[in-house]
This record gives sequence, C-alpha cells and structure tokens, in this order.
Amino acid sequence: MKAAVLVFPGSNCDRDLKVALERAGADVSMVWHKDDRLPEGLDLVAVPGGFSFGDYLRCGAIAAHSPITASLRRHAARGGFVLGICNGFQVLTEAGLLPGALIRNAGLKFLCKDVALRVETAESAFTSGYDEGQQVAFPIAHHDGNYQIDAEGLAELRGEGRVALTYADNPNGSVDDIAGVLSENRRVLGLMPHPERAVDPVHGGTDGVAMFGALLGALEGA
Amino acid sequence: MKVRVDVMLKPGVLDPQGAAVREALGNMGFEGVREVRQGKVIELDLAEEDPDAARAQATEMAEKLLANLVIESYRVEI
Repeated sequence: MKAAVLVFPGSNCDRDLKVALERAGADVSMVWHKDDRLPEGLDLVAVPGGFSFGDYLRCGAIAAHSPITASLRRHAARGGFVLGICNGFQVLTEAGLLPGALIRNAGLKFLCKDVALRVETAESAFTSGYDEGQQVAFPIAHHDGNYQIDAEGLAELRGEGRVALTYADNPNGSVDDIAGVLSENRRVLGLMPHPERAVDPVHGGTDGVAMFGALLGALEGA
Repeated sequence: MKVRVDVMLKPGVLDPQGAAVREALGNMGFEGVREVRQGKVIELDLAEEDPDAARAQATEMAEKLLANLVIESYRVEI
C-alpha cells in the first residue's frame, strides 16, 4: 500500500503519522505542500495534525489552498482514500472534501488529553477493525475541534451512517458529540482525535493500531 | 483601491470567544451587554481602480478564502 503524508509549514504530527502507517506496512512518502503533484499510484493521502500556516485566517484555510491540495482533490475525486487527523480534518473541511466546519472549543481551552470515543460505524476501511459501538481511547490535542454542521447536513450524515466516531463525554461542544466523519463514498475520513498517537504501549494506549491495520488490510486487498 | 471585507459568524453559530468577551465586560461592570459577536475585518489594497470590478474581485476572494460560508457570512465595503 502506497501512502503519502502531506507536510505544510506548521505540520507537527507528520512524522508520527508516517511511523504509524509504516508500522502497519505502508510504503510512505512525505510530500511538501508546494509540490504540485502527488507520487504515482497512491492508495492513501494522509493530512497530518499540527498548525498549518500558524492557523492564520482559520485553521486549515490556507493549507486548503496550497498547490498540493489540487492534487489531493483529484486523488479524492477518483476514489482515492484520504485520512485527515486534527488539523488535517480542518484542512479537509476547508477544502470542501468533508462537510461542516471546526470552530473554537466551546470552553475556549486548548484540550490535550486522552478521550473515550464510540465507534459509530464499522463500515469503512478506516473503522472496519472495530465493532460498531466499541469504545476506544485516542488522545486529543486541539483548540478548534468544535464540529459544526447545520441540521440538514447532520441529518444526512446520520442517515447515511457517516458519523465515524463520537465523543463519550463531549469535550469541545461539537454538534451531536461528533469526533470524526466520512465522505459520501466513505473513503475520506476526518477526525479530531489522534489515532497515530495511540499505536505503541509507550503512548499509553494502542487503540489506534486497528485503524491503520484495517486500512492497510482493505487497501492491500483492493 | 482599498476594500474592506467584514467576516462574521452566521447567526446561530456559537461564538465562544464572543461569549468570553461578554463575560469579561460583565465582570468589569459593563451592565446590560446581552450578546457579543466577534468577527474579522480584512483590509485589501487592490490594483483595480473600478469600484464595481474591485467589489467583484473582493467578493470572489471572500467566497473562496476569506470566509468559510459553512459558518461565516461576509460583507464587502469599498
């Protein structure tokens, strides 16, 4: 499985994400945001966490218009898999690849802690390693993780089973406790919690392993 | 030509920063502040001198980048 991790000025989870994907068996290349094309034959493009462009204007807004993002859109449009974590999730919503928007946490604080999450659907390459309803623990580390979507959009997400993960105890004010959502074709996942920070016992948990493992399994088999 | 773009959260979208400012104003003794909404002012200096064309340019910029229309509205002032 060939994966690329996009790197923007201010990305800071890019190497962690590379390690997590490599441990699951992926061949990973790092792609700088000013490159105008992605490597050939990619199965997955991963957009890492961090503070791309210093969160200027809005989190993820500038990165969503970087040169590499046009290639990311083409990759998604032809059915390629995309994983956006934390700032990566913000980039994907700003780029219009996922619905909704992420705004300042309701409590205004930057939150950095492990949270309990509920897997809302196992029907995606990202979540098939879990059971529906299973509780997992991933760390969060964000200031703007408050997911907002209008009632119509929320009904659509819920109706199509595209809410991937919810918070057991909503930390940031997100609508309907949403922590992660899938695209219509279920091949783009954006989530605020960090599965790549839960792949080694020294992280304090390994619940993220099943996400990368399932993804690799699905894409190797494809 | 100078153009100003005001960006505000849409009505109904929670504004935690505005709420914190309101709280602080109350603590300072400013009474009767029912709500505070915080937005952004973006000033553009455009080479375009025709007001209509400048407005059109700024509008396109607002739609594509300066505002996130999922949660924000904008107003262009020449």
